[in-house]
Amino acid sequence: MSPTLTDASPAFAGEPADGLLTLESGGSIAQTYGIPLAVLLELTHRCPLQCPYCSNPVEMERASNELTTAEWKKVLTELAEIGVLQVHFSGGEPTARRDLAELVRHATEVGLYSNLITSAVLLTRDSLTELADAGLAHIQISFQGSEPDLANRVGGFRNGHAKKLEAAGWARELGLPLTVNAVMHRQNAHQLGEIIDMAVALDADRIEVANVQYYGWALKNRAALMPSDEQIDDMSRTVEAAETRLKGILAIDFVIPDYHAVRPKKCMGGWGRQFFNITPAGKVLPCHAAETITDLEFESVRSNHSIAWIWRNSEAFNRYRGTGWMPEPCQSCAFKEVDFGGCRCQAFALTGSAGNTDPACSLSPHHQQMFDIGTRDSEGATRFLYRNFAGGTLEPEPQ
Amino acid sequence: MSEPAPSVAPASRRRLTVTELSRPVLARGVQLRFDDSRGRWVLLVPERVLAPDDIAIEVLKLCDGARAVGEIADHFAASYAAPRETILADVIELLQDLASSGFLVERAGPR
Repeated sequence: MSPTLTDASPAFAGEPADGLLTLESGGSIAQTYGIPLAVLLELTHRCPLQCPYCSNPVEMERASNELTTAEWKKVLTELAEIGVLQVHFSGGEPTARRDLAELVRHATEVGLYSNLITSAVLLTRDSLTELADAGLAHIQISFQGSEPDLANRVGGFRNGHAKKLEAAGWARELGLPLTVNAVMHRQNAHQLGEIIDMAVALDADRIEVANVQYYGWALKNRAALMPSDEQIDDMSRTVEAAETRLKGILAIDFVIPDYHAVRPKKCMGGWGRQFFNITPAGKVLPCHAAETITDLEFESVRSNHSIAWIWRNSEAFNRYRGTGWMPEPCQSCAFKEVDFGGCRCQAFALTGSAGNTDPACSLSPHHQQMFDIGTRDSEGATRFLYRNFAGGTLEPEPQ
Repeated sequence: MSEPAPSVAPASRRRLTVTELSRPVLARGVQLRFDDSRGRWVLLVPERVLAPDDIAIEVLKLCDGARAVGEIADHFAASYAAPRETILADVIELLQDLASSGFLVERAGPR
């Protein structure tokens, strides 16, 4: 649901005044790996939308395997006790869980700040009011385009765009801070300016303009999604102009695609450094795409271990933590504590080993190959493979 | 049209210019609280955790929608040696930054 969380700690939107700095967990106390400030909770993989770039694994959890209400409440209590401050309720589609309001209320009771990351198509005015009353502090609504034809095609859901617009209106009537999540790719890049205008018209506080990250479903759809160099330049210019024009009105976070980068992103703020997420079945992961690394095993909240123990001691978190695991050219690189070697999932997907340098880095021996894939796929076929529990369904040929 | 709830102001009306007469209050979705496990005050906002310094914390605690910025400056002028104008300018700078980010709104209603 949220490829936008790859950078778990975006920078302060404006110039912070003196004495008001962004707290970054692990920041000044590197090596101690303090408990993260924020955790992503993927309540379910069920979702009425079928976005071809979904960040959920290709093998999704069935409803029967999801944590129960009681188990999620226990998780929330434990997170608050160990020092987590914010939780992001995500999915799949978190509102597909009938106990969502109960979970938000429990989060509020134990002192957690709740954010909802949603497609919004299942919300009603009443259910959103119930969530706000339960203490929801912030809502992020995804949009697939600036107008219904393209947006509904990308989401594979009829009338979804109109429902999202309606739900965004309710959110503002209820006074909930609103973030518009816009996932960008070749087929909607031209609508970015209008998507930003839409966010302003919806009275949103923030917009996350996140280019697709290519793992899982998005990797399967790479040829249908990869933008061209020219589109990336256009998007960067559009964002830059909007940032100037909308200062104080709309905060903009922009994530560019790796296939067009020279330096790798500081993925998750560094593996096991300031972020984890919990899957519908209770697995604790260093990143929401970590299960694509098939030779890692992940501990569950259903095990005998506490979440704090899993964070500090489990093999999956420690394997790529810090800088000790790094091969060359990372090991002797001046930037190794700047980007922490980039993204492990991407290294695995493109080089076959998660322990290699992220090929997004120009110093990686695989960088040219990645660049070539980007160029080739930017001219790929446009048909989507829709995300579903059946392993994906190819979009019908245009009539 | 009914009065908006006290701490709620749509973003479009939120370009609050902080003056001595403003009566700011934290916007919905912005929470000032003590973080027991880290032993410090934090300001929780969408997608971020901010770490105010001691003076910023004291200023934020006084932003209750009832006190004017001028009164907040008076409060500090009584206990700090700096001239009131200097204090007022610093307080306005801090609050304007928060207001521009949408974290601080003006309480609706008559002054």
